[in-house]
Amino acid sequence: MNTDTPGTTDTTKSAATTPHTHPGVLPLPERAARITTATAALTTAATTALAWTWSSAFPGDLTYYGSPAGLQTVTLAGGLLTLLLATAGLGVPGLRRLTPGGRNASVLLAALATFATTWFTLIAIAVDLGGLVNLEPGGFLAGITSLTTLIGALGLPADRTTTPPPTTTWQRFTGALAATPVRRRTLSLPPWAEILLIAAAFAAGLAAFTYGIDTDDGPPFVGYLLFMVLAVPALHRAGLLARLTELTHRHRGVALGAAFAAAAGFPFTQDTDQYTIIGANILIFATVALGLNVVVGLAGLLDLGYVAFLGVGAYAAALVSGSPESTLGLHFPFWAALLTGAAASLVFGVLIGAPTLRLRGDYLAIVTLGFGEIFRIAMLNLNGTTGPDITNGAMGIPNIPNLEIFGFNFGEPHHILGIPLATYGNYYLLMIFVTAFVVLVFRRAADSRIGRAWIAIREDETAAIAMGINSFRLRLLAFALGAALAGLAGTVHAHVVTTATPEQFQFAGPQPPNSAFLLAAVILGGMGTLSGPLVGAALLFLIPAKLDFLQDYQLLLFGIALVLLMRLRPEGLIPDRRKQLEFHEDNRPGPPLPGPGATPGSTPAKG
Amino acid sequence: MTTPTTPPRAGTILEASGVTMRFGGLTAVRGVDLTVNTGEIVGLIGPNGAGKTTFFNCLTGLYVPTEGTVRFNGTRLSPKPHLVTQAGIARTFQNIRLFANMTVLENTLVGRHTRTKEGLWSALLRGPGFKKAERTSEERAMELLEFTGLTARRDHLARNLPYGEQRKLEIARALASEPGLLLLDEPTAGMNPHETRATQDLVLAIRDQGTAVLVIEHDMRFIFNLCDRVAVLVQGHKLIEGTAETVQADERVIAAYLGTPTEEDTTPPAHPADPATPPPPGDRR
Repeated sequence: MNTDTPGTTDTTKSAATTPHTHPGVLPLPERAARITTATAALTTAATTALAWTWSSAFPGDLTYYGSPAGLQTVTLAGGLLTLLLATAGLGVPGLRRLTPGGRNASVLLAALATFATTWFTLIAIAVDLGGLVNLEPGGFLAGITSLTTLIGALGLPADRTTTPPPTTTWQRFTGALAATPVRRRTLSLPPWAEILLIAAAFAAGLAAFTYGIDTDDGPPFVGYLLFMVLAVPALHRAGLLARLTELTHRHRGVALGAAFAAAAGFPFTQDTDQYTIIGANILIFATVALGLNVVVGLAGLLDLGYVAFLGVGAYAAALVSGSPESTLGLHFPFWAALLTGAAASLVFGVLIGAPTLRLRGDYLAIVTLGFGEIFRIAMLNLNGTTGPDITNGAMGIPNIPNLEIFGFNFGEPHHILGIPLATYGNYYLLMIFVTAFVVLVFRRAADSRIGRAWIAIREDETAAIAMGINSFRLRLLAFALGAALAGLAGTVHAHVVTTATPEQFQFAGPQPPNSAFLLAAVILGGMGTLSGPLVGAALLFLIPAKLDFLQDYQLLLFGIALVLLMRLRPEGLIPDRRKQLEFHEDNRPGPPLPGPGATPGSTPAKG
Repeated sequence: MTTPTTPPRAGTILEASGVTMRFGGLTAVRGVDLTVNTGEIVGLIGPNGAGKTTFFNCLTGLYVPTEGTVRFNGTRLSPKPHLVTQAGIARTFQNIRLFANMTVLENTLVGRHTRTKEGLWSALLRGPGFKKAERTSEERAMELLEFTGLTARRDHLARNLPYGEQRKLEIARALASEPGLLLLDEPTAGMNPHETRATQDLVLAIRDQGTAVLVIEHDMRFIFNLCDRVAVLVQGHKLIEGTAETVQADERVIAAYLGTPTEEDTTPPAHPADPATPPPPGDRR
């Protein structure tokens, strides 16, 4: 199939005229493969209406006829997604717009995602419950249909032709998965339709995220994770994510509003506080990661002790929270506590930064690592025996009371629009505002004279100095701003966890808010971008929280995942376009940032 | 470009006296005196390792001279590089030092840093003053890009520019700080004759707009075509200073640097076709 003329479905003709078309992994006629994929995907989706097992012992209870439950929902979504993408490739008018990128790689990935989830579910049922006898005919049928979908998808030709043509099966397989450049938009939608699309995309994102967070720990979450790991690249290969990015760049305000609304909508989907606490913690973690991104991503200062600033904020808030164990015995109103936390962190940041920021590169990293540990040990020692009694040492400051803003007590359940919100739901909503504030600060700081000076220092400090930039002062400013933002999050953190102990603020540990995880969230998500650290932090918090059953293997798997990601996608999940050009220069001949054919006047904002 | 404060052809803008730079036992620059007057192009030549770039670094505050003083517009310069730029001396680098992953426009905007005041608060609050300053900066930057012929490249990453345009961008970035004196460190290194001539015109245009230029260069034709005065550094001390003719005629200079007089200076450049010249290094396209 000729990739230059998308939409041509006349296989016999174009196959004869284009000599370099690479066949799929399996030698099937293209049209037959496509129809097989589509039909089998539809059948797979249909099997989720059947019972897959007779026993309700498997989490999710897959015993109902007529209503998909648990992992069946994921298979259903996967089947429908594969069906859509496959029919788009059939040349159905209108649907073709679904795949502005690769028409076949996306189908293959979606089929793989469906197959992986379905088979994982079936195997998990068999293993968990002890034998294949636990599967109902519906389960076997789902296995067969999802396998057929995959076989059909493997018969589709590669989107991209390479010279020399692939010889081994593995090369053909990776070739079939390769990304293709996204076609230019041909259809211009009215603005309201674009805005609707953005809203729909964010709603879908919220739904996917909520589903993930609500999934039971153990096999269901692994199945969900498997699906997402393959389905998101499928959307990327189809070019849909590129389209969405384009839309959000055009309607930045709307996109931010939609993201905010989608995020604020999460606690309203929850009946209990079981998962809103994860949501609240994700937001705290993400906010701190975004603060770190000012330091690492913009100014290029490697800070390995950043969690200390979260700690300073948390301790400051704990001391003025009115906790009976607080040695100060003060009880500030929330706004004052928030300012105290941020200000304490700011002062601490300046105190640490002033002597250390004259260092460059590796030296700074080591010194910040040291200061991070000094903070933790100092908090341990300010216990009355080894030092003045301020922090109660290892005991920490427990019993931090719930916040109360204008008579709104965060500890009590409230009804908003008739939906009950419990403690963590309240804190989640509060954190949404804090996060939104930090997002605003990050965006505005990055896109200004100060932000440009930071990036200049990151790029070439000597040249930056020669351009009149007071490097030390600006680095200190970045350090102080990052610290203040972390302190802000720290104040809420103290109230959410209700205790401030030194052990919460370590360099590394299995639980997320620690310096190593913060740095990982920034790098994994994408340095210097706005959404990168948010996504990175969400993943880094959610995955360990949900894969609790792995226990000791968590950090091992985390390490392996990091190595793999840095090998495959060094620019992070959400790349700064500069970084993308830096790491994948060979793939992208087009030099200019907004694309050679971009309309003048629509200067893209970065992030 | 306008620099309203500089009176034409008057006074000394840069006055370096007795500048000495020692690195341990090595004296790289020894008691060099040099003055640059407003509206003048001064050349600094000398064999490799003569201390030209070190002298530049002493002027711009990257090095603190062991002895001697540098006065700019009559006031003694602080040895802090950013204050030197603030005072009105901008420079380019021998090995191009652009902000590789910033766009052409952003590079130029960074050059405006010392001429704008908007701090973090202003950036966060986005008041009318901030917007006005950003707009003015962008207008000025675009003027400079037009001046150097880079308008079409504004949204390209600096790293993706061809070599000659990277040199131009460095000059545009330096000019963005509205300097009274521009220091160019080998602006035509690695350029073909065509590009060299373009750079020559650019330097003359900069001078005509009122900025004095001090230039290090190895291309003698470039120097002698361009400079009002030429100073020769050999092994860290100044051998001679004077007009192009004086310097060319001086026997010590010929012995130390130029070798025997060649016919080259009287014949037109013998480079008929550009494709014959090797591509400049660093050109990625």
